[in-house]
Amino acid sequence: MTVHANPTETPDAAPAPRSSSPPAVSGTARRSAAGIWFVLPFTVLFAVFLIWPLIAGLWASFTDRSLAKEDSSFVGLSNWVEMFGDPAVWQSLWVTLLFTLITVPPLVAIALAMALLTHRATARIGWFLRFSYFAPFLMPVAVVTLIWEWMYQPEFGMINDLLATVGIPGVSWLTGEDTVLPAIALTTVWWTVGFNYLLYLAALQGIPAYLYEAAALDGAGAWRRFTSITVPLLRRTTTLIVLLQMVASLKLFDQAYLMTNGSGGPNYAARPIIGYIFESGFTGLRIGYASAISYLFFAVIIVVSVLQLRLFSRKEDAA
Amino acid sequence: MTSATLTIAERPGTPAGPASARPRRRFKVTPGGAAIAVLALFLAVVWLLPLVWAILTSLKPEPETTAVPVRWLPLEPTFEAYRTVIARGELMQWLMNSVIVSVMVTVLTLVTCVMAAYAFSKTEFWGRKWLFVLFIAGILVPPQVLIVPLFDEMTFLGLVDTYWGVALPQVVAPVMIFILKRFFDAIPRDYEEAARIDGAGHLRVLWNVVLPMSVPILAAVGIFTFVQAWNNFLWPFVATTDPALMTVPVGLGTVQSAYGILYAQQMAASVLGAVPLIVVFMLFQRQVVRGVTDAGLK
Repeated sequence: MTVHANPTETPDAAPAPRSSSPPAVSGTARRSAAGIWFVLPFTVLFAVFLIWPLIAGLWASFTDRSLAKEDSSFVGLSNWVEMFGDPAVWQSLWVTLLFTLITVPPLVAIALAMALLTHRATARIGWFLRFSYFAPFLMPVAVVTLIWEWMYQPEFGMINDLLATVGIPGVSWLTGEDTVLPAIALTTVWWTVGFNYLLYLAALQGIPAYLYEAAALDGAGAWRRFTSITVPLLRRTTTLIVLLQMVASLKLFDQAYLMTNGSGGPNYAARPIIGYIFESGFTGLRIGYASAISYLFFAVIIVVSVLQLRLFSRKEDAA
Repeated sequence: MTSATLTIAERPGTPAGPASARPRRRFKVTPGGAAIAVLALFLAVVWLLPLVWAILTSLKPEPETTAVPVRWLPLEPTFEAYRTVIARGELMQWLMNSVIVSVMVTVLTLVTCVMAAYAFSKTEFWGRKWLFVLFIAGILVPPQVLIVPLFDEMTFLGLVDTYWGVALPQVVAPVMIFILKRFFDAIPRDYEEAARIDGAGHLRVLWNVVLPMSVPILAAVGIFTFVQAWNNFLWPFVATTDPALMTVPVGLGTVQSAYGILYAQQMAASVLGAVPLIVVFMLFQRQVVRGVTDAGLK
C-alpha cells in the first residue's frame, strides 16, 4: 500500500534534498559486501518473526497441531474442509464485514468534515481543535474500552443519562444482541477518527493557495471553489484513506474482545473473525485449525485490497 | 474562545506561506465563518465529553458513582481513587513495562530499518532487488494472521513472558524501510562521495552524513513506532501471562475485573494510563502530527 507516493507532504515539512547527480550507480567500486551486513539484522528478524510463522502457520493448517500436546500429525485438508463447513467461521466473518460496513463511512466522512472545518483555524484554537479530535487516538485500547463500558453502563452511565434527559428510555448497550456491535462501532469511530483527520488535514494543507486565489479572481464563489478545487484534489487522499480504513476495520478484535469481556457478546453478535481465530487457538488450543482460519482471513484482506485498488484506479482513469 | 477567533479565508488573495510570514489578518465574522466555528467547537466538545466524564468520575468518592440520579459533578471531589490505584502499585509497574517495551521496539526498529534502508539506497550487493521486493511484500501480511503460529514459535524459543518476546515481533515493520529509503534516495550522492574520498567507511557515511540530514524523518518514524508499540494490544496480550510483565493496555484489559465495579478507581486508572502519550502530544504536537502523517500512510 505504501507504493503510493506520499500525497500529504505538508508544505512546512523540511524538503528532502533533491538529487543533483544522476541516480545511476557507477562502477564496480560501489559493489561491495558491506550492504549485506547492513541488511542482515533486519533480515534475520524478518525471517524469524515473519517468514517462519507464516510458513509454520501454513504447515500447521494441514496438521492437528495443538497447544495441548507435544507432537502433531498430518491431516491433509481436514482443517480446511471443517472450516468451510463451520457456521461460526461464516458468522464471525459476517460480524467483521458488518462492522466494516458501518464504521468506514462515518470514519471517512467525519474525518473529512473535521479537516474542512479546522484547516483554516488560527494557531491557538487550531491547536485546541486538533487536540480534541486526535487525543482519543493516543489512548491505549484498554483505557478506551474502560471509559466506554462505564459510559454504556445501563443504570449509572453517561449515555443513558443523556438519553433520559431527552425522554428516551435506557438501553442495555453491551448486553443487547442488536446494540452491542453498533455500540462498539461508535466507540471505534470516537477512538480512531483522529488518525484519518490528520491525513485529510495534511492533504488540505498541501493544496496550493494560488489555486483558490486564481479561482476567486475568476469569480468563483466559496462553494464553487470547494467543489472544483478541494473535492477533486482530495480524491487521491480519499482513496488511500478508504483503503486503509477498510483494512483497519476488517482487523477488528481488541475493542470487541475487551467490551464483551472476551465472550463475543450475546449470541456472538460481536465476535469478529480474529476473535474466532483467537478462541480456536488459545481457548480451544487448536493451532492447526486456527492457522487455517488465519489464512482465510489473510485471503479476505488481500482480496478486498486488490478489488479496491482495481475499482479506484478505474475510477481515476475515468476522471 | 469565541467563534470569532476562527479565521475563515473568505476573502480572495489570502497570502499563503508559513504563519510568521502572514500579515496579521483582520477578519470579519461572516455567517459562513461563524457556522464553521460553531460546528468545529461543537464537535470538539462532543469528542472531549467522554474524557470529561471519565475525569469527573475519577474524582468522586466511590459510593457517589452509583448514586441515582446521576450527577455529573462530584459533590465531594477527592483524589482517593488515584491514591488507591497508585498504592496498589501494579499500574506503575505496567507503565514501567510499557516504557521498556516501547523504547526497545523504537530503538531496534530505528537501528535495523535505518541500516537496511541505507543498504538499499546507497550500496550494491547481490540480491538487493529481490530482497527489497520481499520486504515490500511483507507489508501486506497483517500481524494478526501470525499470532497463533508466532505464539507456538515463542513457546519453542522460550520467549513467552519476556520483554524480548513482547518486543521483537513488533520490530518487523518493513514499511519503515520503505519510508526511510525514499528519504535517503533524495540525498545527493555528492555528499557521501566526498566523505568516501576522505576515506570514510559506510558506517561513518551513515553516521556523519546521512543521519544528520534525516532528522525529521527519523523523528517521524520513531514517534509513530513508539505510539504503535505503546498502544499495541493483541500480541503483548498473547505473549504475556505474568501480570508483572504486562504493558498498560494488557494490564488494564485483563485485570479490569480486579477493580471490580469500583468505577472511580477504574476511571482513575484509565486517566493515569492515558496521560503519558497525551502529555507527549501536548508538548510535541507538531512532531507527532508529522510522524503520524508521514509514517502512518502504510
